Amino acid sequence: MTAAALDPSLDPGHADDPGAIDARSAADAAPILTVRDLRVHFPMPKKSILARDRDVLKAVDGISFDLRPGETLGVVGESGCGKSTLGRAILQLIPASGGQVVWQGEDLTGLSGRAMRDRRRDMQIIFQDPLASLDPRMTVGDIIGQPLRTFAPDLSRQARRERVLEAMGVVGLLPEMVNRYPHEFSGGQAQRIGIARAMILRPKLVICDEPVSALDVSIQSQIINLLMRIQREFGLSLIFISHDLSVVRHISHRILVLYLGRLVEFADRDALYASPRHPYTRALISAVPLPDPDAERNKQRIVLPGDLPSPLDPPSGCHFRTRCPRATSLCAQTVPAFEPTGPSQWTACHHWHDPRT
Amino acid sequence: MLSYAVRRLAWLIPTLLIVIGISFFMMRLAPGSPFATEENMPEIIRQNLEAAYHLNEPLWVQFLIYLGNLAQGDFGPSFQYTDYTVTELIWLGFPASLQVGGLAIGIAALIGIAVGMHAALNQNSWSDHLVMAVTMTGIAVPNFVLAPLAILIIGVYWGLLPAGGWGGGAWTHKVLPIATLAMTQIAYIARLTRGSVIETLRSNYIRTARAKGLPARLVMVRHTLRGALLPVISYLGPAIAGIITGTVVIEEIFGIPGIGRYFVQGALNRDYTLVMGVVIFYAVIIMALNLLVDVLYAVLDPKVRLS
Amino acid sequence: MTEANREAVSDAGLHPDLIRAAEERRPRGRSLWQDALRRLGRNHAAMASLVMLVVITFLCFAGPHLLTDHPLDRVYWDRVAKGPDFERGHWFGTDGNGRDLFVRTLYGGQISLMVGLAATLVSLVIGVLYGATAGYFGGRIDNVLMRIVDILYAVPFIFFVILLFVFFDRNLLMVFVAIGAVVWLDMARIVRGQAIALRGKEFIEAARSLGLSGGAILVRHIIPNLLSPVVVFVTLTVPQVILFESFLSFIGLGVQEPMTSWGVLISEGARRMQQAWWMLAFPAAFLAVTLFCFNYLGDGLRDALDPKDR
Repeated sequence: MTAAALDPSLDPGHADDPGAIDARSAADAAPILTVRDLRVHFPMPKKSILARDRDVLKAVDGISFDLRPGETLGVVGESGCGKSTLGRAILQLIPASGGQVVWQGEDLTGLSGRAMRDRRRDMQIIFQDPLASLDPRMTVGDIIGQPLRTFAPDLSRQARRERVLEAMGVVGLLPEMVNRYPHEFSGGQAQRIGIARAMILRPKLVICDEPVSALDVSIQSQIINLLMRIQREFGLSLIFISHDLSVVRHISHRILVLYLGRLVEFADRDALYASPRHPYTRALISAVPLPDPDAERNKQRIVLPGDLPSPLDPPSGCHFRTRCPRATSLCAQTVPAFEPTGPSQWTACHHWHDPRT
Repeated sequence: MLSYAVRRLAWLIPTLLIVIGISFFMMRLAPGSPFATEENMPEIIRQNLEAAYHLNEPLWVQFLIYLGNLAQGDFGPSFQYTDYTVTELIWLGFPASLQVGGLAIGIAALIGIAVGMHAALNQNSWSDHLVMAVTMTGIAVPNFVLAPLAILIIGVYWGLLPAGGWGGGAWTHKVLPIATLAMTQIAYIARLTRGSVIETLRSNYIRTARAKGLPARLVMVRHTLRGALLPVISYLGPAIAGIITGTVVIEEIFGIPGIGRYFVQGALNRDYTLVMGVVIFYAVIIMALNLLVDVLYAVLDPKVRLS
Repeated sequence: MTEANREAVSDAGLHPDLIRAAEERRPRGRSLWQDALRRLGRNHAAMASLVMLVVITFLCFAGPHLLTDHPLDRVYWDRVAKGPDFERGHWFGTDGNGRDLFVRTLYGGQISLMVGLAATLVSLVIGVLYGATAGYFGGRIDNVLMRIVDILYAVPFIFFVILLFVFFDRNLLMVFVAIGAVVWLDMARIVRGQAIALRGKEFIEAARSLGLSGGAILVRHIIPNLLSPVVVFVTLTVPQVILFESFLSFIGLGVQEPMTSWGVLISEGARRMQQAWWMLAFPAAFLAVTLFCFNYLGDGLRDALDPKDR
């Protein structure tokens, strides 16, 4: 069950829009982050000492996109499609095997560890499992103040305390909680702590790696709305990684769709939901339950045949062809180009104009 | 399976070289060692040393020569017992040490496992509590306290068994040394067995076996033992090392003419070659038995072979 | 807290008065340690052991000054190897040289306890740094470091320590270092296992994303989280070290005269036990009770710190 099914505020019709106007005006601004042909390949252990070759897991395979200041970019795909790896590779938490991550005009992939640590001030991450992302031995105040100790070591204890309490206020944590320990909090509160920690340095980019999927459905919308409010207030850029299309639709300006480490579609939110060009995107969108029970009953669901292929041994040509209703022999031979398919839409499909599906 | 054993065997060689290397260079570096200052040394020893160690050669050549001698089972002459070579002394003491140590480890394993299983199967009964208390005492009272007490009470006050000596290997002379030597290991093995049997009995596969209606005894023998004894087997390595260390003390206390006795005497009299020879000899035995234990473990636990 | 305050809090700008007010009313949370200590408090055997250890330590360090006037090496010629005599204050009798055994037992305890703690500390420092480095950095570093440990593991170190004492001078510092160098291997293994488990945790990745360097993560996150297994291990290592020191002293290689330790006293006592049982009984009882208590306390700590095992 998704958040939208329970909580009407998540329905895009009712909820406040994710600042569409800001994004339109920002469209002309220089991108804050440019990702070009990013690749993350993991060599797998050899099967035996004698084996000459080793398998390579291509978790992220040639992904490119721009992120504008103040924009929320949704990243969707099934589990194992490389969403989280993409997020971590952008932050250089996992080394890239190729391509570029240009942050404010500077390629991060070549930076030394020390130089990269310096850049982290402006780019933060929020994790999927909020409790696991907090050190169980530290108090909430210490956890949230940790970035200050690294980046503003000269700050007095008192000043740090005040900044921490301020950040707690921003995310809706009561100041009384500052001396408590993570295990005394619920998942939603723990995620607020994680957000406060990410926000205390006033970063320009926050990557949210499935920030609500571990939370109770009733809490999800609170956290989503908190993220949206913070994003508007501080003019943040967000990369929002999720497998939940209704959540992504609610929060994002533009959306990336991934399949087995490759981009299959990239479009403005409205364009994507109104006219998905890639059969995979269509299948994903058709699987989202609708709030109106009649519409839900009558809608046509596209059920994909087969299972997700092993990422160690993906199909040739178009990775999606083994489950695609339109697949032809062309799809097995050539990798489809990522081409413009609308005013603000790009799709990687040989047959995107095929009207059958 | 075979490849695992071979791999483990291959690791023995560098380990052994390290053992020998460390002891050799430590001996040569020691201040006041006969190798460092050649004054005030009995003429006969210096001749022996020069012959055995080629003291005029560079250090690494001496080391290689020493290695070559070791390979032929030659540990060099003893300083203290000038009529004997170290090798002769070791073989002189080995039969007694082997009997005491071997019997002690065997008895410790048998009694320890039996007592531990009994305690586990009667968890929280009075006999379980008794076992836990007695074994904790066994761990807290070292064998060099236990042995004198046993001699005093059983040997001297009650006069039931000889208070010391070897008596040419008569069994009455072996009872006390073996019993006191085995006691600590019985305690460890019993506690280990108890813990691991209890844990295994709680595991899902045992519950399944019982749910299928298999009789308790069959479940115990066929399903529990194998899994439960794995930690005990992996403890056998340290146990063997503990027993060998123990024989050193026990032989000294009971006056048993074993290797340990020579070792202590040699150590106190700074008989370098003898001490080194015994250390290397013990090292080889411990490593070989450890290897055996590891292979045994791998036979019982297929997971090991894969990694 | 009033509704108005609540709103003020959720705003970015906080009123300083409010911060101060909140500072005062802020409840302290219960850390994992406090939870564990409460569980330990309910374990009577462990608590009794703890009390007993405090008593023994106090006795050994303060007793020679408070409880008796007999100096450590004063020889009472008329009282060689005499049993306990309360009139003259020889609570434990005298030893084979006519020295007061009570004082000697307490002094011996000082040495035994100090060796136990100091050598454990040595092994703690080496083991934690080594194991945490191997476990946290992983990969090739881990491989090399752990191979070294594997090889050293196969070496019967007890005999090396003996070799060390045969070849070199026997002073107390060397006893610390040598024994510490033997027991650090276990510590390194335990710590490494824990560090590997921790490395996969998201809060370590969070620390990296916050710009902490590898060393800072090790010190601020990995090592504090390793503490509980290490505490258990330390409590179980101290008795092992004390036992080992006693063993060395018993065969005449450890602590040397004029210093003494429980091992030395037991060794003397064992030689003369047929005439003077007290020479064996008192030092042996002190040693056994100490070992007993450390073991019970260690077991109790393990149960308290890792309640999942129960």
